[in-house]
Amino acid sequence: MSVLVYTENWEGKFKKLSFELVSYAGKLAEMLGTSAVAVSVGNVANDELQKLGNYGAAKILSVKGTGLDKLDNQVFTSVLAQAAAQENAVAVVLSNNNTGKALAPRLSVKLRAGLVSGVTQLPSSLNPFTITKKVFSGKAFANVVVKTEIKVLTLAQNSFELVQVENKAVIQDFNANIDAGLFKTTVKDVEKQAGKVLLTDAEIVVSGGRGMKSPDNWGPIEELASLLGGATACSRPVSDEGWRPHSEHTGQTGKIIAPNLYIAIGISGAIQHLAGVSSSKYIVAINNDKEAPIFQAADYGIVGDAQKILPELVKAVHEVKAS
Amino acid sequence: MNILICLSNVPDTTTKIKLVDDNKNYEKTGIQWIINPWDELALTRALELKENADAKVEKVTVITLGGKEAEPTIRKALAIGADDAIRIDAEPQDAFFVASQLAEVIKKNMYDLILCGIESSDYNGSAVGGMLAELLDIPSVSAVSMININGGEISINREIDGGKEMVSVPAPLVTVVQKGIAKEPRIASMRGIMMAKTKPLNVVPAAPVESLTEYAGFELPKPKAACKMVSPDNVKELVDLLHNEAKVI
Repeated sequence: MSVLVYTENWEGKFKKLSFELVSYAGKLAEMLGTSAVAVSVGNVANDELQKLGNYGAAKILSVKGTGLDKLDNQVFTSVLAQAAAQENAVAVVLSNNNTGKALAPRLSVKLRAGLVSGVTQLPSSLNPFTITKKVFSGKAFANVVVKTEIKVLTLAQNSFELVQVENKAVIQDFNANIDAGLFKTTVKDVEKQAGKVLLTDAEIVVSGGRGMKSPDNWGPIEELASLLGGATACSRPVSDEGWRPHSEHTGQTGKIIAPNLYIAIGISGAIQHLAGVSSSKYIVAINNDKEAPIFQAADYGIVGDAQKILPELVKAVHEVKAS
Repeated sequence: MNILICLSNVPDTTTKIKLVDDNKNYEKTGIQWIINPWDELALTRALELKENADAKVEKVTVITLGGKEAEPTIRKALAIGADDAIRIDAEPQDAFFVASQLAEVIKKNMYDLILCGIESSDYNGSAVGGMLAELLDIPSVSAVSMININGGEISINREIDGGKEMVSVPAPLVTVVQKGIAKEPRIASMRGIMMAKTKPLNVVPAAPVESLTEYAGFELPKPKAACKMVSPDNVKELVDLLHNEAKVI
């Protein structure tokens, strides 16, 4: 028996979300009286693989082979299903990120295992296996009972604290049997922005709305984000207007994020926007309309002109950083 | 080429959720039902492709699961421009149940390109598209923000962390689409609404399939504490609060 956890890598490296996943899988395994087994697909060096042991992986299966550097949903699903079978997995944990959303549903069908996506905590009961997830984009929670012997769960990013343990992990090569005919996804080109903090990874997000008045006013938002080591985001009208790229749109139909700090500047806080950011640990609102709904969701607020407040905010953060 | 769009009939995204039946369910009457926002964008893109002669799209079909009460949403899709529609006469139970019902119908009459929204705005499962592809044993691409068809070849952009990949996958396939796939959802014209009344809407009976999960009950989030207001003349105080009280910077 085991809890299997799929740990994706980014050019051979893991990141915080990988360690959150392993921490979660480790704790779930503890509840189930078993241990966590991590699966890594693609070329990851052993010293990097070993890091997964710091967070509770007892065993790490390393799958290497040609064609595994790019995601093919059918191929990766097949690999994970074979690992689940070998390890007699009772639960498989993936991230609720793009990759996890692509693989978990396929795996759920292949293993005939009930899927609960976007979980943020451990199950509230094991018999029946009951786990809470957000529904209606955060307007409610649902208690979901998984009726099958195997469970597939995807964990929301930045929702589970890291758990450090003594590293006893063993690394094993895992030779998955992959039918060459299964590879059907051809990646022709890749476009990547280097050096920027990814919105979904960011612990601090500085976000601008229509109240910023013009795309030319984004300078201080970018400056503040970079000063705080965070990412920039925007509301839907801003991306619809083309002031900022779609990839920055946070809200119900855009990115759903859960940073430690979300600073909303010139954003009124429509219900669809709040759906994307309500999991933030702290929300700061700066808006000139004191009736704006964003203040209902915020922890700290300033009513005033964003153009005047932003430069002062940048200055004050500089001072705190310097002290 | 034939395109199928899987539609979910969901409460309007501004709906206030009210729990009923001892929190076992939510109030479904008196609320506005809409086409799931991502599905609506998928439909819009499919219609754009159909209008482009190079894409050689013959037909755009929409399919949904639900009782007769889901028909206004289906008619809306027909009014926007879908050629025909299928309603599977079953109440959705969980993602696996929905995907299995869809697969049973699709197997009998395969489509070249199947579009599903990345999630439904009610259960936020991000599951049906991937499950459907696995049940049909065909490829799937998720996080899709662009689809083009040229000379029978389907080219797709999929979002990856910090960028995008241009991928090509042979048909038949399922694409799970997100924001960016179409600029804005298309709105039905008066002529479209009139025409929708006579377009085919085929009702098919439910297949005997199982569900793997069950919704045992719902809870509402706890109300949030009042926002602490800081004077616009004392921005430094905000930074101090974030530093010393919240300890996030």
